[in-house]
Amino acid sequence: MAPAIAPAAAKRRGPFISAALLLVALLVSLAYLATDLRFGYLLVYAWFGIGYGVLLQYGRFCMASAVRDLFAVGVPRMAVGVLVAVILYALISAGIQVAGFNSFHAHPLGWHVPIGGLLFGLGMVLAGGCASSSLYKSGEGNLASVLVLLAISFSQAWVVSAGGWLNRLVPAAWAQQAATQDMPAELAITDGWFDQFTAGYLWQLSGGTLVDHLKLPAEWWSYLFGNALLVAILPSLVLLVLLYARNYRKVYLRQQGKQTLTWRGELRGLWSLLTQSRNTALAGAGLGILAGLQMLVTGELRDLHGIFNFGELLAAMGYTEGLSLQDSVFDPGYWYITTQEAQWGAWALAQAGVEMRDNLFFGLDNGLPSPLLNAPGMMSIGIIVGAAVLANISGEFKWKWPNAETALLAIAGGVLMGIGSRIGMGCNIGAFFATVTNGDASGWVFLVGMAAGGYVSVKLLKAWIDWRLARSGLDF
Amino acid sequence: MAAANIRFDKQADGSYLLDVKGYGCPHVQIYTEKALKKLASGEELSVVFDNPSSGESISFMCMLDGHGLLERRDEGGTFAWRIRKA
Repeated sequence: MAPAIAPAAAKRRGPFISAALLLVALLVSLAYLATDLRFGYLLVYAWFGIGYGVLLQYGRFCMASAVRDLFAVGVPRMAVGVLVAVILYALISAGIQVAGFNSFHAHPLGWHVPIGGLLFGLGMVLAGGCASSSLYKSGEGNLASVLVLLAISFSQAWVVSAGGWLNRLVPAAWAQQAATQDMPAELAITDGWFDQFTAGYLWQLSGGTLVDHLKLPAEWWSYLFGNALLVAILPSLVLLVLLYARNYRKVYLRQQGKQTLTWRGELRGLWSLLTQSRNTALAGAGLGILAGLQMLVTGELRDLHGIFNFGELLAAMGYTEGLSLQDSVFDPGYWYITTQEAQWGAWALAQAGVEMRDNLFFGLDNGLPSPLLNAPGMMSIGIIVGAAVLANISGEFKWKWPNAETALLAIAGGVLMGIGSRIGMGCNIGAFFATVTNGDASGWVFLVGMAAGGYVSVKLLKAWIDWRLARSGLDF
Repeated sequence: MAAANIRFDKQADGSYLLDVKGYGCPHVQIYTEKALKKLASGEELSVVFDNPSSGESISFMCMLDGHGLLERRDEGGTFAWRIRKA
């Protein structure tokens, strides 16, 4: 018998809470616009974030789950959903590239990509969610996920700014190369591991989309067949077929009561796998459409304001406090998660008196705006709000305090994800999803590292659970 | 600690309870898989959890292994599901 569980009062209150959340979001938006209409640029991030949050919660969209459930319990559901999302987003991105609004920057490819992915993969399994799912789970009232966000924020802020003993880990070649760079003295790029990693290593590497590498003309067929089909769609289809053959075909045969299948039967089986992941696949489709639309809308707004970066708009509105030396701020123009969280952590440390801008990451590139002026940060807050709206409507919202074990794993996993995402130049979204769907194959290299890290972490976590159970007296 | 926060009891002949409230992914699905392995075919397991995304994995796991998902009670973010082992 299942034990009695709490009455569903929360479920009855849920729609009202959701309506109140949306009303607050609307009023805050109006307050921004009343201050200056140009804040519409920031609000586009915020409301796309709300859309992402709704879809992420609806589909339980989680890259950690995609990798982890496959290795831990043999469930391919989320991996299928993510691959469907990759295919759809790649098609939309190709359209955006044709339209000329694409704001994607390819990542340099080197050993840092799989190493960053490995650390990220180790962390996301321990933490119980990737960077984006920790946002949507925070919106479900999961306070362990809030701890993950804090750990991601502060660990990134630390790793991009720390010197001291970390300097001793800098290879001589990086230090020599970094010293030759003509950079402003206040950035002190010869002090700090990440500065020397960036100036001494990353800047020597190159990267690009397949269209760039093959020097294809800027025509629709280049983007569609080069970037979308070859880099994103075909590899995703191959992985889907592998997942079907390895994890689902035997179940489908059992359900059909057959020993073998014709080609048509195999295709029906593959379709059955896709429909088993229906919610995730639908969320993936919606995320793909929204992510593409965000690029389009942001591109239009940049044209309207005659800017390349939100920093120019902030300066025009009189907010120069958090700008980088180039008068810029982090403003990817598309779905991104971790860099704005690094800015939150660093901003909090700066308020406590810690010098956080004597480095390339904040001082030269991304700036350190107040969270109220941080446009991608508003997207992350929007994701939490959007997830909270749907979780309250569906009655799934519940404040959940982590126990000691969950809290410890959340912090450890968050720290590893934070460090991994800076070394790998992004998280499961920025370094994988947004790259492969824009024709940059470096994302698949990140995925290989992330899957390897996830595999090792699943083994470690299972060993930990077995050890705990062996000492517990529970009859498992 | 992990063990102190989990309940795995025999409720009656052929009926077990696994209470993993407070745990997230992947603990909930790993404990469910472990508990199901302890049951004989035809016995029932009630799993109580409050991490919504684990439900998706558990239902897919049941489909893969042929277990019957007899009842799904979702109230206020706490889920009580009854599974009959294949």
